[in-house]
Amino acid sequence: MTPPSFPAISARVLREVLVALALLLTPVIGHAAEWNIDQLMHGLSQIRSDHATFIEKKFIAMLEEPVESSGELFYTAPDHLEKRTLEPKPESMILEQDTLVFERGRQKHNLQLQDYPELAAFIDSIRGTLAGDRKALERNYQLSLDGTIEQWTLQLLPMDETMQAVVRRICIAGVGYTVRSIEITQADGDSSLMLIEKMAAP
Amino acid sequence: MKRIPVRRGRAAITLWLMFILVCGIIVSRTQFTTDLSAFLPSSPTPEQQLLLEQIRDGLASRLILVGLEGADAPTRAELSRQIARRLRTDPAFVSVNNGEPVNAERDRAFLFDNRYLLSPAVTPARFSVDGLHAALSDSIDLLASPAGLLVKSLLPRDPTGEMVQLLDQINSGTSPKMVDGAWASRDGARALMLMQTRASGADIDAQQRAMAAIRQAFDTVSGATPAARLLMTGPGVFSVNSREAIKSQVSRLAIISVVLIATLLLLIYRSFTALALGFLPVFSGALAAITAVSLGFGAVHGITLGFGTALIGEAVDYSIYLFVQSEQGDSDRQHWIKRFWPTIRLGVLTSIFGFASLLLSGFPGLAQLGLYSIAGLVAAATVTRFVLPHLLPANFRIHDVSAIGLALLRLVQRAAALRWAVAIVLLAACVILAEHRTSLWNDKISSLSPVSQADVTLDESLRSDMGLPDVRYLVVVSGASRETVLRTCEQVSTILQTQVDQGELAGFESPSRYLPSTAMQRARQASLPSPALLETRLAQAVQGLPVRAQLFTPFIDDIAAARSQPLLQGVDLEQTSMAMAVDALLIQQDHHWSASLPLAAPENVSINANRIRVALNDAGLPDVLLVDMKAESDRLYSGYLHEAILLSSGGLVAIIGLLLMVFRSPGRVLRIIAPLAAAVITVTAGLAVFGQQLIILHLVGLLLVVAVGSNYALFFDRTGRPPHPGEAIMADTRTIGQTIPPRTLASMLFASLTTVAGFGLLSFANVSILQALGVTVAPGVILALIYSAIFARQPDA
Repeated sequence: MTPPSFPAISARVLREVLVALALLLTPVIGHAAEWNIDQLMHGLSQIRSDHATFIEKKFIAMLEEPVESSGELFYTAPDHLEKRTLEPKPESMILEQDTLVFERGRQKHNLQLQDYPELAAFIDSIRGTLAGDRKALERNYQLSLDGTIEQWTLQLLPMDETMQAVVRRICIAGVGYTVRSIEITQADGDSSLMLIEKMAAP
Repeated sequence: MKRIPVRRGRAAITLWLMFILVCGIIVSRTQFTTDLSAFLPSSPTPEQQLLLEQIRDGLASRLILVGLEGADAPTRAELSRQIARRLRTDPAFVSVNNGEPVNAERDRAFLFDNRYLLSPAVTPARFSVDGLHAALSDSIDLLASPAGLLVKSLLPRDPTGEMVQLLDQINSGTSPKMVDGAWASRDGARALMLMQTRASGADIDAQQRAMAAIRQAFDTVSGATPAARLLMTGPGVFSVNSREAIKSQVSRLAIISVVLIATLLLLIYRSFTALALGFLPVFSGALAAITAVSLGFGAVHGITLGFGTALIGEAVDYSIYLFVQSEQGDSDRQHWIKRFWPTIRLGVLTSIFGFASLLLSGFPGLAQLGLYSIAGLVAAATVTRFVLPHLLPANFRIHDVSAIGLALLRLVQRAAALRWAVAIVLLAACVILAEHRTSLWNDKISSLSPVSQADVTLDESLRSDMGLPDVRYLVVVSGASRETVLRTCEQVSTILQTQVDQGELAGFESPSRYLPSTAMQRARQASLPSPALLETRLAQAVQGLPVRAQLFTPFIDDIAAARSQPLLQGVDLEQTSMAMAVDALLIQQDHHWSASLPLAAPENVSINANRIRVALNDAGLPDVLLVDMKAESDRLYSGYLHEAILLSSGGLVAIIGLLLMVFRSPGRVLRIIAPLAAAVITVTAGLAVFGQQLIILHLVGLLLVVAVGSNYALFFDRTGRPPHPGEAIMADTRTIGQTIPPRTLASMLFASLTTVAGFGLLSFANVSILQALGVTVAPGVILALIYSAIFARQPDA
């Protein structure tokens, strides 16, 4: 018999993590006469699978210097995302449909997204981005796009109060239909910046 | 000359009436049981004792799994929440779980506030400069990980990561997925709930009340959604359902059996008086049998009663013999007593010898059947012999059955021609038995379970939906006090953790995880340094790490508080999810305590029990046992099966011995035994052909075939015997010389028909153990009669 499951990872963590994961989309080549959110969404929705490396820096107020981690990212449309951290300690996080699996050392955690109701809306937004589903995104975020197709930045601002208590802003920067960086600013001012480098198709 | 029998008759009737009265009083005070306890050993080994405790009070016995089907997912989830809300206020339930985070806050608070008493990582080394440095740098690494945010807010108060340690331990299990805010099966078609009753699983009445409460809650909240269905399973539910099944089946079988046999007898006798009188020995036998079992065992099992209903068909035989074999008035009955009674007495004796072996069984259920049969048959035969003749009215007569007898006689005379055919059938049966010899016996204890296959399937499906593993291996720790047991659990946990680290186990549970022993809590408290010392060490520990020591002021405060915090008691767990785990894992029985530590096998690998056992033995811990629940219960049952085979063989030897003593002629005994053995072989082969694996109750059935069949064989054997000097030549022996009298033949046919009717009904029972008896005895008795006729010595041969 096992004791009832216990939410080991706070919704906040998941939110951040999932934002990071969800936005790691990489490329699809395309041209557009005009550059707008619809165009970007359409381009992103064409991505079927991808493989990239990342370097992530977290700026945490209580630490003297940022902590850095690096590893690889995998994405398969429509709902499989994998973040494999290699440094400083190997660990992995896999999102498959509605299940999130963390592995760190011998520890393995299975989380059902539904266990975290606030998070569900958040994940739907991520799904929306992945699928290029602007409607789903706009249910939770206010979107704004800057720059050109050669150099763009998509900013997501949470509209819901409970979301605002966790995330202040998400900035995704890219070139073409390739996501190059994801910057998440939390409500308490701590932030993380993930730089993404596309790898050759596996 | 006539007076003496009359006076004797009065005395016999008076004695009989008094006997019935006494039996009636005892029976009315008898307790009836239906649990599996009758089929569990009366003198178990320590492992078996643990197994029984687990089955009765342990771990899972108090769980009820509930599934909600029909309607749509949001409706099911809403029903689940409403049912849970109602039942959470019901004191009959310790917990009602449907995935709603009712305890989450309290659980977190409990773990966090007591982390320095609970975490196994708390040792003096952990709080040395090096230990702190290592723990801090781990925590900082974790900050960089995807799970970083969890430790971020905790870092100032818990920089060594004790909370993470505790959560990691507790989160090793899987839980069902959530759909619309409540647990649901993987395919999403059912909402799931898990309830723990306060009463033990062995308290069937309490389990029944709990089930009723669940059903009532469901009926109340599902009023508007008739499409919704409620499913329940679990050990307690099984017990309740089995009891209902046995109760309803036994009473239904008893009624049908009486009606069927009465109809049969009425067709034969064409006399209500004869019918009523014929049932007197049956009635007396049943009363005597229940009385005997009640006095001998303190309670009567439902299965024994079910068996008893089948025995009606057997007990009625004696009066059939009396009525049919002697239908011509009082003098003829006196003659019957002289002429046939010795044969019937011998038949009863062979039955007693056969069943006496069951009395020696270590299986209370089997011993009950033995005692029931012996007492019932003896009482029925005695009443037939000493009471019934005196009760028959002077003008008593039944329908003349000589015509049937004569027809049968013609058949019997030609029966010998079938010997070759029988030889071929027997040969084929032997070949079948030889082919099936390895799979003949079912040595799984589950074969005795009165739980229906549909219930088992539902249970498996709900269990797998819920992600509840079948616990096969348990380490069981026992001791005189809770503290002793918890301390041993901690030592065992250390050993098991090593096995987990080596990949031999996926994990394990232990009550000491949630409620450490007092000694362990003290030791952990003693590991915590004083605030001044901790401050100094921290200042050194942070060197080379990207943090300032000042960040950890809350940590120093928490440690100072933990050093003097009151130790955890059982009551501190109340209202947390951990209480349920501790309640299930740690049980008090009378004056001793026992804890179970269930082991989880690594994925797709089975546990190497020997390795674990050796590791535990090497530690030399007292009162620690690794129990393989499955092997233990199967071993238990196969032990009984072998015992029953041995005892039945003993019964057979006793019967042969008895016949040898009576007849002093091995050839004659062989002739009596041969048809019985042939019937047993044929029936067994038949069961094998139809894919029925034999369980203990088939064996009891075979014993019954021999017991009942011996009467037929003995009657046929009489024909081989020269008549007693002075024995009157009966009217119906006018046919060929020493052939069996037609009326005797008719009586045997009727007797076997009633027996077949009684046991044949059992074949339709849903309770597997009753069904096993039925399918063995009904065909066996018919075959015994036919074989007896075929093998009977032919006077002209």
